Amino acid sequence: MAHLLHTPFIPSSSSSAALRRSSASSGTRRPPVSPGVVRAKIREIFMPALSSTMTEGKIVSWVKSEGDKLSKGESVVVVESDKADMDVETFYDGYLAAIMVDEGGVAAVGAPIALLAENEDEIEQAKSKAQSPSSASSSASSSPAPAAAPAVEAQSDKAPVKAAAAAAPAVASTHPASEGGKRVVASPYAKKLAKELKVELGRIVGTGPLGRIVAKDVEAFAASGAAAAAAPAAAAAPAAAKSGSGVELGSVVPFTTMQSAVSRNMVESLGVPTFRVGYTITTDALDALYKKIKSKGVTMTALLAKATALALVKHPVVNSSCRDGNSFTYNSSINIAVAVATEGGLITPVLQDADKVDVYTLSRKWKELVDKARAKQLQPHEYSTGTFTLSNLGMFGVDRFDAILPPGTGAIMAVGSSQPTVVATKDGRIGMKNQMQVNVTADHRVIYGADLAQFLQTLSQIIEDPKDLTF
Amino acid sequence: MQSTLSLSFSPSSSAAAVSRSNTTRFSLNTSTPLNLRFCGLRPQALAFNASGNHRSSQLPSRPRSQAISAALSANGSPPKSFDYDLLIIGAGVGGHGAALHAVEKGLKTAIVEGDVVGGTCVNRGCVPSKALLAVAGRMRELQNDHHLKSLGLQVSAAGYDRQGVADHAINLASKIRNNLTNSMKALGVDILTGFGKILGPQKVQIGSSDKIVTAKDIIIATGSVPFVPKGIEVDGKTVITSDHALKLEFVPDWIAIVGSGYIGLEFSDVYTALGSEVTFVEALDQLMPGFDPEIGKLAQRVLINPRNIDYHTGVFASKITPARDGKPVTIELIDAKTKEPKDTLEVDAALIATGRAPFTQGLGLENIDVVTQRGFVPVDERMRVIDSNGKLVPHLFCIGDANGKMMLAHAASAQGISVVEQVTGRDHVLNHLSVPAACFTHPEISMVGLTEPQAREKGEKEGFEVSVAKTSFKANTKALAENEGEGLAKLIYRPDNGEILGVHIFGLHAADLIHEASNAIALGTRIQDIKLAVHAHPTLSEVLDELFKSAKVKAHASIPVSEPVAV
Repeated sequence: MAHLLHTPFIPSSSSSAALRRSSASSGTRRPPVSPGVVRAKIREIFMPALSSTMTEGKIVSWVKSEGDKLSKGESVVVVESDKADMDVETFYDGYLAAIMVDEGGVAAVGAPIALLAENEDEIEQAKSKAQSPSSASSSASSSPAPAAAPAVEAQSDKAPVKAAAAAAPAVASTHPASEGGKRVVASPYAKKLAKELKVELGRIVGTGPLGRIVAKDVEAFAASGAAAAAAPAAAAAPAAAKSGSGVELGSVVPFTTMQSAVSRNMVESLGVPTFRVGYTITTDALDALYKKIKSKGVTMTALLAKATALALVKHPVVNSSCRDGNSFTYNSSINIAVAVATEGGLITPVLQDADKVDVYTLSRKWKELVDKARAKQLQPHEYSTGTFTLSNLGMFGVDRFDAILPPGTGAIMAVGSSQPTVVATKDGRIGMKNQMQVNVTADHRVIYGADLAQFLQTLSQIIEDPKDLTF
Repeated sequence: MQSTLSLSFSPSSSAAAVSRSNTTRFSLNTSTPLNLRFCGLRPQALAFNASGNHRSSQLPSRPRSQAISAALSANGSPPKSFDYDLLIIGAGVGGHGAALHAVEKGLKTAIVEGDVVGGTCVNRGCVPSKALLAVAGRMRELQNDHHLKSLGLQVSAAGYDRQGVADHAINLASKIRNNLTNSMKALGVDILTGFGKILGPQKVQIGSSDKIVTAKDIIIATGSVPFVPKGIEVDGKTVITSDHALKLEFVPDWIAIVGSGYIGLEFSDVYTALGSEVTFVEALDQLMPGFDPEIGKLAQRVLINPRNIDYHTGVFASKITPARDGKPVTIELIDAKTKEPKDTLEVDAALIATGRAPFTQGLGLENIDVVTQRGFVPVDERMRVIDSNGKLVPHLFCIGDANGKMMLAHAASAQGISVVEQVTGRDHVLNHLSVPAACFTHPEISMVGLTEPQAREKGEKEGFEVSVAKTSFKANTKALAENEGEGLAKLIYRPDNGEILGVHIFGLHAADLIHEASNAIALGTRIQDIKLAVHAHPTLSEVLDELFKSAKVKAHASIPVSEPVAV
């Protein structure tokens, strides 16, 4: 069954659109099937939606080759959708000027796959246009938004389209070799997932039998970004900083692998019923302790992680997780994940067994993890095994915020800055105390209000009397 | 005649063909030196026999007896009176089908079995694999949240107990085996235990040398064993054949399946449903060779691409080493054409599904001057065995996998019935193009007759037009009610006279649907007639109804045979 390209021809660039608009004054404007469809001399052929569930299509074969004359209704290309191979016909007469996605390549629905010139003279012009970078088909995950075409032109650092097509062979018939010629052994599902999540297998360290990369490694790798993004406010910080340094305004930038993973996980998090409980904790004693042991290399992060871990020991339910909606797991170890902003994203290095390890070791470990994170060298088990997440924006002067619960964990705690506050004391006086606000987001399927309240009470007791933190 | 035994010196069929032309010259004077290779095997066979009744189904070679020379001397003329009218060697599905039909025709029948009644199909093939596939199908349904949700069902996490699944397969096999045995016993078929060996015309030795029976007609139905290409070391644990896989002794995380025919495909369905990941190794350039290309393409899109399966095509597995000393199973792949090393796979297990080899060694074929071709017994279209001179061996037939015409259980049975028809005085030739085949994946694949390329080739050669009609399961009410609209039925036919050339179905219960088409082909029913037949609504069989109706045939319906009955 052949499908017509109903909306395939859309102006391909702002400049030509402008030109066309002036020439369109001769009254050749098409009936407004959809806004923005202008009669163009060089048209783009888009990946059609062949079924309601199709999000991307693979080019099985080009029936026509570059330079061929096409007449309306002729088959041009065979596209494999999620359901079937279908011939795609042109809607217009013209010449197939340039093929932008080669056979075997994959393009998102709505992404241009070829250019169609109205007459032979324009073939060259179209070809040069095809050479110039265009983003639509190189980012298969982008939404079918051809209206963004003018903005797309503004990007200059996109991979050439053909390269993108070549990078997406459907058949993983060989193990991709990573740098140094080291062979990557990955299971079929891991390969499939890596392709789906757009993760490079070469960057993943396998934990399967004999170091094989298995599905959970790929998932963990992709989720590393997502878990870290649990505190969206934290994400905003580095992003804002970046906007000051030469980001082209008005441009549309496709997600990076990490951003895609974050996006998926954030949407997934909507499936978890969460609630929040806040608490104000006086930190005078903690600050004093910090001052005292700072010289020994102890960091505030390590102290907070330690305090949290000790509180979790007494409230194991807050350290539990619910994955399937039917049961929950009391995690056997207390692994505190701490969100760290990195260039281009977020990651959550994990302080494992934070309740058992002393605060000095914890501090050293933390330093090591942060260095690794900056160098993008964290191993999956170093960022994907957290059972409770801490997100601290206190250093920016943020006094309170709330965090999104990373899927697969039970709770996350947003920590604000510790600030001198005027407080009324029990003996009726007014005094000055350093106080910080914490706000815990938790999965209400397993953790209830009273659980969190008791946990926070314990935590505040530990922080207000921090002698246990140093053993 | 018997002296041509010596010509078995050549193991390869091409050499055998050469020798055939020289038969008479060689046979008279050079038998002794040429016989050496044969003799070399005999001590081994002796040892085997000496161990009494211990027989292993895993050994592809049959026990031989030392009695060849003795038998030869007494072998000049066929016996005058017979113990049986019909003797069948091999109690698989083919032999069973022949035996039942023979009894119906009033023949005194015996069946010889050296292993277990039921053969490959019942014990190590179709039957236990259907048990596993039934489990796989249910697991798939229970794991498909999306599908269940769309039906409004809620099921909490589905799991399985490996031993329970394995037991189901074993129990099913033993149940069917008992049914088969009982059905033959009840009808008075003698079941003779032991490996059958042909000593001469109409004479068969059962197991040990002292038991010899004679029969007017003999059917060879010894079947086949899994074929393992050289370079592959089968240890039965991590490198296995279908024989081992059906026992489901473990479910590996990652299994390579060598061969993507129907055996490989069915096991990929089982293993992926039970949580394994699968890598196919296929020597040809595309997966599922042998299926109609269009059906194959669709099947790949449904059965391979969305599952945890990847594949290497155009490669041979040149060497497979089982897992040992903490090392995984390693598979060396070479390019099928250039023979260049291409890749190495490291997996948890490998299933060898590269086809099946006939089980005809030690059958005593040399005693009647029959030379096998790659192990297959040469037969004509009536399953009559052909000797090395190209002449028919009287009163000897071969059916099923052993003749290699169509290696399917029901084809063997049909061939057996055809033979019984012949020996009871009614000439019969089985139309193999009317024998359906099925692959029991989820959904199933079934076919009968020619594929589209085959039909077009035939049409070109014989000068007739070929047309194709297709219908989708998406348009079938019952399929949509089940939420299983994925599927295609394809009819290949002659538009001039309405002859059905082939039907291919991919979809829910395809294996059960094919018979309307295969019966039509067998009976010579034309499309213009069958399209007037009525199908119950709503049923899946309407897929075929619609298929026949969508065909454009120039010929008109023939006049109904039966008188119309008024109601």
